[in-house]
Amino acid sequence: MEIDKQFLAAPVKTSVDKFQLLPEFLKVRGLVKQHLDSYNYFVRTHIKKIVQANDLITATKDPSIYLRYKDVRIGEPSMVLDGVTEKLTPQKCRLLDTTYTAPIYVNIEYVTGSHGSKTTQMKRDVIIGRMPVMLRSCCCILHGKDEEELAKYGECPLDPGGYFVVKGNEKVLLIQEQLSKNRIIIDTDNKGCVQASVASITAKTKSKTIIRMEKEKIYLLLNKFGTKVPIMIVLKAMGMESDQEVVQMIGRDPRYSELLLPSIEEGRALSILRDIFLANIPVDQDNFRSKCIYVAVMVRRMMEAILNKDAMDDKDYVGNKRLELSGQMLSLLFEDLFKSMNEEAVKSIDKILAKPSRSSRLDISQYIVKDSITFGLERTLSTGNFDLKRFGVNRKGMAQAVARLSYIATVGHMTKIIPQFEKSRKVSGPRALQPSQWGMLCPCDTPEGEACGLVKNLALMTHVTTDEDEGPLISLCYTLGVESFEYLSGEEVHMPNSYLIIFNGLIIGKHRRPQRFSNAMRTLRRAGKIGEFISIFVNEKQRCVYIASDGGRVCRPLVIADKGVSRIKEHHMKELKDGVRTFDSFLKDGLIEYLDVNEENNALIALYEDNAKEKTTHIEIEPFTILGVCAGLIPYPHHNQSPRNTYQCAMGKQAMGNIAYNQYCRTDTLMCLLVYPQRPLLTTRTIELVSFDKLGAGQNATVAVMSYSGYDIEDAIVMNKSSLDRGFGRCIVMKRMVSVCLKYENSTSDRIIKPQREGQDCEKMQILDDDGLAAPGQTIRADDIYINKQSPIVTRVPVKSPMALPDSSYRSSREHYKGSVGESAVIDRVALFSDRDNNMKIKFMTRQTRRPEVGDKFSSRHGQKGVCGTIVQQEDFPFSERGICPDLIMNPHGFPSRMTVGKMIELLGSKAGVSCGRFHYGSAFGEPSGHADKVETISETLVKHGFSYNGKDFLYSGITGEPLQAYIFMGPIYYQKLKHMVLDKMHARGHGPKVMMTRQPTEGRSNNGGLRVGEMERDCLIAYGTSMLLYERLMISSDEFVVQVCRKCGLLGYYNFKLKTGICSTCKNGDNISTMKLPYACKLLIQELQSMNIVPRLKLTEA
Amino acid sequence: MVSANEEQRTEKIPVWDLPDVPSGNLPAHLELQRTRTVCTNDAPIHTENIQYSGAYASMGVDNSMRFEKFCKNFRVEVIRLGDDEMEFDMVGIDASLANAFRRILISELPTMAIENVLVANNTSVVQDEVLAHRLGLIPLKVDPRLFNYKSENDQPSEKNTIVFKLHSRCEKKSSRINVKSSELKWLPGGSEFALSTEKPTQDSTSKVKTYTSFTCSQDSLPEFSSNPIAPTHDDITLAVLGPGQEIELEAHAVKGMGKTHAKWSPVATAWYRMLPEVILLQEIEDEKAEELIKKCPVNVFDIEDIGKGRKRATVARPRSCTLCRECIRGDDWDKLVALQRVKDHFIFTIESTGALPPDVLFTEAVKILEDKCERVITEMS
Ligand code: SF4
Repeated sequence: MEIDKQFLAAPVKTSVDKFQLLPEFLKVRGLVKQHLDSYNYFVRTHIKKIVQANDLITATKDPSIYLRYKDVRIGEPSMVLDGVTEKLTPQKCRLLDTTYTAPIYVNIEYVTGSHGSKTTQMKRDVIIGRMPVMLRSCCCILHGKDEEELAKYGECPLDPGGYFVVKGNEKVLLIQEQLSKNRIIIDTDNKGCVQASVASITAKTKSKTIIRMEKEKIYLLLNKFGTKVPIMIVLKAMGMESDQEVVQMIGRDPRYSELLLPSIEEGRALSILRDIFLANIPVDQDNFRSKCIYVAVMVRRMMEAILNKDAMDDKDYVGNKRLELSGQMLSLLFEDLFKSMNEEAVKSIDKILAKPSRSSRLDISQYIVKDSITFGLERTLSTGNFDLKRFGVNRKGMAQAVARLSYIATVGHMTKIIPQFEKSRKVSGPRALQPSQWGMLCPCDTPEGEACGLVKNLALMTHVTTDEDEGPLISLCYTLGVESFEYLSGEEVHMPNSYLIIFNGLIIGKHRRPQRFSNAMRTLRRAGKIGEFISIFVNEKQRCVYIASDGGRVCRPLVIADKGVSRIKEHHMKELKDGVRTFDSFLKDGLIEYLDVNEENNALIALYEDNAKEKTTHIEIEPFTILGVCAGLIPYPHHNQSPRNTYQCAMGKQAMGNIAYNQYCRTDTLMCLLVYPQRPLLTTRTIELVSFDKLGAGQNATVAVMSYSGYDIEDAIVMNKSSLDRGFGRCIVMKRMVSVCLKYENSTSDRIIKPQREGQDCEKMQILDDDGLAAPGQTIRADDIYINKQSPIVTRVPVKSPMALPDSSYRSSREHYKGSVGESAVIDRVALFSDRDNNMKIKFMTRQTRRPEVGDKFSSRHGQKGVCGTIVQQEDFPFSERGICPDLIMNPHGFPSRMTVGKMIELLGSKAGVSCGRFHYGSAFGEPSGHADKVETISETLVKHGFSYNGKDFLYSGITGEPLQAYIFMGPIYYQKLKHMVLDKMHARGHGPKVMMTRQPTEGRSNNGGLRVGEMERDCLIAYGTSMLLYERLMISSDEFVVQVCRKCGLLGYYNFKLKTGICSTCKNGDNISTMKLPYACKLLIQELQSMNIVPRLKLTEA
Repeated sequence: MVSANEEQRTEKIPVWDLPDVPSGNLPAHLELQRTRTVCTNDAPIHTENIQYSGAYASMGVDNSMRFEKFCKNFRVEVIRLGDDEMEFDMVGIDASLANAFRRILISELPTMAIENVLVANNTSVVQDEVLAHRLGLIPLKVDPRLFNYKSENDQPSEKNTIVFKLHSRCEKKSSRINVKSSELKWLPGGSEFALSTEKPTQDSTSKVKTYTSFTCSQDSLPEFSSNPIAPTHDDITLAVLGPGQEIELEAHAVKGMGKTHAKWSPVATAWYRMLPEVILLQEIEDEKAEELIKKCPVNVFDIEDIGKGRKRATVARPRSCTLCRECIRGDDWDKLVALQRVKDHFIFTIESTGALPPDVLFTEAVKILEDKCERVITEMS
């Protein structure tokens, strides 16, 4: 018997392949769980809290007249059409340009009655407004539906959801990044003074408290106080009796006292102190003790930072950040609108009560107007402008139209995080990659330019928490031995062996055995007794234990290890494979837990099980999950130069491909689709997880890396004409045209009539059907009429029989296709529907099928974009020993400076893949765990199939027939066609439209504008001395104008056509008139100056 | 296969030490440069053909092309001949000529392919343009020599157009169907669609004017009567129809060349490779021989017993060498093995799409080259 010695000598494979957890994780979570969770939390829990907090409306005069909200819930998505309630599906909303909303039902108890007799009544299911429904949330009809049911609703099963449909447009509320609320942040102000600041937010108010050390003295800064207030005064105002007590409270370190001394030596707004100052600390019955402790801790930490710069907080640290999600934003908005609605109701009731004699019965429930909430929510979502007066919030661009350029763009849009502070600042700190981003935020996916590093994206496994109930947790802390301060003196607060327990920014007490306490909490969490997202973080330096249960923290799952041994064993994974286990049961059994950024500091996380040490507490599930969705498409990203991956993240979103399974049923304004999209030969695990292999955006092109023809400089690529003939890079561009048949005040309306088949204009109407609309399948050319519409001439004044007007009272309002001449499109679909105002709307989808042409932009998945430089016949292309002819040729100069080694490995891997018939993998950092094929094994496969190990082939020139003088690196690479196409960009004009005011040519391609000779071009012409050319460009071809100038007064006159002379209107004669040419803009300037009482005079001399 | 010039190649000999060569012959190393491309580890060398007649004049060697010499050397040997694939050796010819045949095969031999598609109804998910594109790429089994080119202003007639009909419907409540190329039905009588500009005539006896003007039915022609025109392959998926969807169209095929569009190319591809020559520069014995045999993925080498339990490597199947360069990779192996290509021996492969058998294609290509030569000659004289 043969014994494989190598096999026996190999170490026993200990590490368990945990990859299977990922698909399981994504199955329960979906790609946009953060949005859905947050929205679900809002509609299930938070909305109830909001209504409960504001549940009573009473008339100001008569408190016995009241209305009380009992319960609130969100119904099924529906709309009311002519009094009939109809169920809504998202696809229907997209097509009908309506909003996907569900009614908000409340149960109310209220008082009715007139003239003294009052009765209380109950009403159930009163609608107070309509809530936009997030797709795939618990309110959405798509919730929990399988693929088949989704198909029935016309919905793509791969669509992630997480957005809203508002007036037919898909809108996503982007994730907002902001600094933690209610937490102490120690940093320096712009003068370098150390300060401790807290941004407090409660249900009622918002404030910012700053304690700052200035010139050795400590002051409190609060907006409500005009000036800075010495801290000792504040503390004493809050009931600290002596300096000694203060010092005790802060801590008796002699160094602290020294720092404090100047402040003590120096020196009533109680309500401000109570309500505004540190608003997050509750004060009952004017007992300021907790606030004092808080201030003391602030001061203490600040002073520590002065003594030791390391104690300064890092604002860019992800643990100090919170992500605000759509649910939170909507709840803020809803609360605001709900309150305003109630205020409105109170106002109108007061008005009624103020009337001396009320005839009708008073029914308070009638004064709840539901439109304000509906419209408020809809307006905010469709414009993206959040305007909450109560909180003084006014933010723009919060909601964006979902990017539907490619499937990846859509998913990537859902994970995008936008910052709240201004972008223009020239600081590098917030833009730099933070070590704490590891595993939470994608290190690659960020835009270039202005927003670089500020706009981020979530990593694959990141979860964003939602709020959790605080009450039970606080009492749990007390049962676990936290000592409340009520029984402790200031002296005891900072005992050397005790730790402060800070819960969601609130100091709730201290504990003598912090490790034991935190271990107990963690054990409870792993056992599922408290929420899985609660974080317990022991900060040794600050001698604090932070417990957080608030929403907006980022966290990620990790495998728990005991003394370096993973809790997940082979049999667990087997159970998972057999379907006995789910991701949740892993959580429940304490094999996996979520850690947030802060708690990660208490953990020692090993990348692989093999390198776990004694002290290791956790093990990563898969290393490639530190990347996000967009970066996950890149094969072998860890072999690339980092910026290349960033470029690809931006470019992957512009790649054409399939958008969704329902793409041909969609009516987006612009859709770019590939005719024959493929899945990449070299895939990654992420590609499979996000189903990019089902909705690909690119094609596997055989690429030869060589120079050819000189048309390939500067990253241009040479393409094979036969490949293009056979469908490579062919794409469909669909555009939408909308036309509305309006109904007017006098109940007349637009009408669509039969086209003329003969006579004038019949040529342009050829594509119309007998119903007056363009027929699907017809070719439409520039200036063709696609709807033969007529509008009534009189629309305001009432007319006799509005439905049967004679033909003469209509004027034509046909609509013409606006395309450039020579460019034609095909009518793909025509959809008729009535919109929300009951007007008939007609949507036309036009379609153009384009084959690649010179100048179209292509890119591989490694940030290597290039335009098509030339298209060459197949017979001129080089061919290999096996008759393989490349689809495109790429210049080798693209490699050295870009250092995209990943692209080369992709080529090798794809080549091996096609020869052996197995898709190869190139997941990030996947070589050790087997999720990426190693170059060695790829080379072996290549050799086995008769290729050279290095991927270079022996090629013959197609032109001379002789062998090329080098071996050529050739193989398939996944190429994306980007949306930038020459056809949409090329532009030239001779004569054309001019701007009315200046008479200069219009600007921009869409207005058929001229090409500007700008300042720099003008400088060149001046330097070159081509005065006539300058004159021609700037004057004759632009805005030449003939003026009459009076030689005497120097002002402009006019030309009198009757007398055939120029006349000066100032001198009232035509004696000294000269005719000259001027740019019209100059004439305009002169006249504008005149209108401002400045007299510009032209002094003419004989030339 | 060990060639005589081995010694010269292995060790460098100063020029003045070169033995005198009889005039009329080249020294071995020059002869090698002239006739072989050597594939080293880094790059192929001596790839270019030496065209200049006086290149070796100093050595008294005439390098000009001689017709008699060509006739003597030229040889064609068919290795493999199938319905749509053939492999043959072409020996004693210049690369430029072999390449000319390849280029002509790819781009200048005409075939028939669908060019115009009249869509009467298409409710499938496949767009009209895409469907037309797919139809165009279907290879048709018809001899293009029987047809004329149709220029822009020609009337479509039975001499220049083939008409196919495709009518496929998926009944409501049935499951999806695949529309295959077998559904394309040849209409020997020409188009059945009435010209839209034509008013439907009352007179039912007079023929309705259609998009083609055939004078007679194509199947009455002797060429087609026994050999109906159809796509080469029956199983090319054109579209998928869901319940209630329908495609009705007419496809008009015309004659064209691969230069205009790849659909008219009669070959899937045509290419050649030069005959590989694998040379053992030294005796490779025993372990080394075993190693060499393991290295080659296509079993070019064999082992020969030379007695006394010793083994020697031999080159058994040089022709199957794919030039993976494994045998010259690493540890001075390139001193033991040399990979060469014979510059005037081409292994030509033609993959036909089915319109014509590959051997006919080649003879047609030869004819076209002949025509071209004649044209040049007449133009010049
Ligand atoms: S090049 Fe490759 S195929 Fe050819 S003989 Fe050497 S090892 Fe064999």
